[in-house]
Amino acid sequence: MAYTEQEILAGLVEIVSEETGLPADSVLPEKSFTDDLDIDSLSMMTIVTLAEEKFDVRIPDDEVKNLATVGDAVSFIVGAQG
Amino acid sequence: MGLLDGKKLLVTGVLTEGSIAFHVARLAQDQGAEVVLTSFGRQMRLTQAIARRLPVEAPVVQLDVTSDDDLDALADAVRAHVDHLDGVVHSIGFAPQSVLGGNFLSAQWPDVATALEISAYSLKSLAVASRPLLVRGSSIVGLTFDARYAWPVYDWMGVAKAAFEATARYLARDLGPEGVRVNLVSAGPIRTTAAKSIPGFEEIEGGWSDRSPLGWDMTDAEPAARAVAALLSDWFPATTGEIVHVDGGVHAMGL
Repeated sequence: MAYTEQEILAGLVEIVSEETGLPADSVLPEKSFTDDLDIDSLSMMTIVTLAEEKFDVRIPDDEVKNLATVGDAVSFIVGAQG
Repeated sequence: MGLLDGKKLLVTGVLTEGSIAFHVARLAQDQGAEVVLTSFGRQMRLTQAIARRLPVEAPVVQLDVTSDDDLDALADAVRAHVDHLDGVVHSIGFAPQSVLGGNFLSAQWPDVATALEISAYSLKSLAVASRPLLVRGSSIVGLTFDARYAWPVYDWMGVAKAAFEATARYLARDLGPEGVRVNLVSAGPIRTTAAKSIPGFEEIEGGWSDRSPLGWDMTDAEPAARAVAALLSDWFPATTGEIVHVDGGVHAMGL
């Protein structure tokens, strides 16, 4: 069953918030993982892995560098669903 | 019947599905082994998530190899899952960026010391911490990168690997009388997270496949993992202090 864009955003915000300790209401779609949320490569790998698990998608390593913002990741996951 | 039927193994260094240690753990389970993983600190959540992607989800115990508390607690932590160990896989290495990537001459001792402690001395720490659980016929296997040569950009990690290889020989000497083997797999370059964190890693990769009589696929950790599994098995019963090259044959070529 495919997740809606809103469900993916909510789930991703939860994962990012748990990983970074940032309050969920500060993890907005337009926020940059590196510049705004200060997420390093280890945290990004963790977030990607947990997101893959939660939404049953694959996010290839080569794609991760194109996911600059939370919204980019949501869009990718929406498109990657079967 | 699997190569590792009934074996109980402790595998360090599983971070992603690209980790050589992940492939070792996967193969070991496929070959009948029971696997316990280690991780620590901020890596723990990632290792736990990746452990769920193994054929059988593996428990993850806490181990920072630089922590005396973690080392002291390791045997009991592992005992919560298995009553003894038949094998231990060391797949741990770290060097600060200041001692890699062409910074050999400018590197400073505190950072070099970190590289040596985590990448070489940790083999001794892990072996000693695991010793109460190791039985006769058990096997410790580590992963090295041929330390006989100076490589581009590898710098103090290369020195650490030389110390690592020597550490394996001394452990083979001191643990041999207890029936514990200690061997290393010297793999060719594989694009793991660890490798990708070395600035200029592609300079080491360059030409490897051309120089290899068998050819070399830098995206395939399976050959190295298979060699680790073989060394963990009962099929190298009289081999210790050895380094098995899994590099497509590059180590044997002059040019």
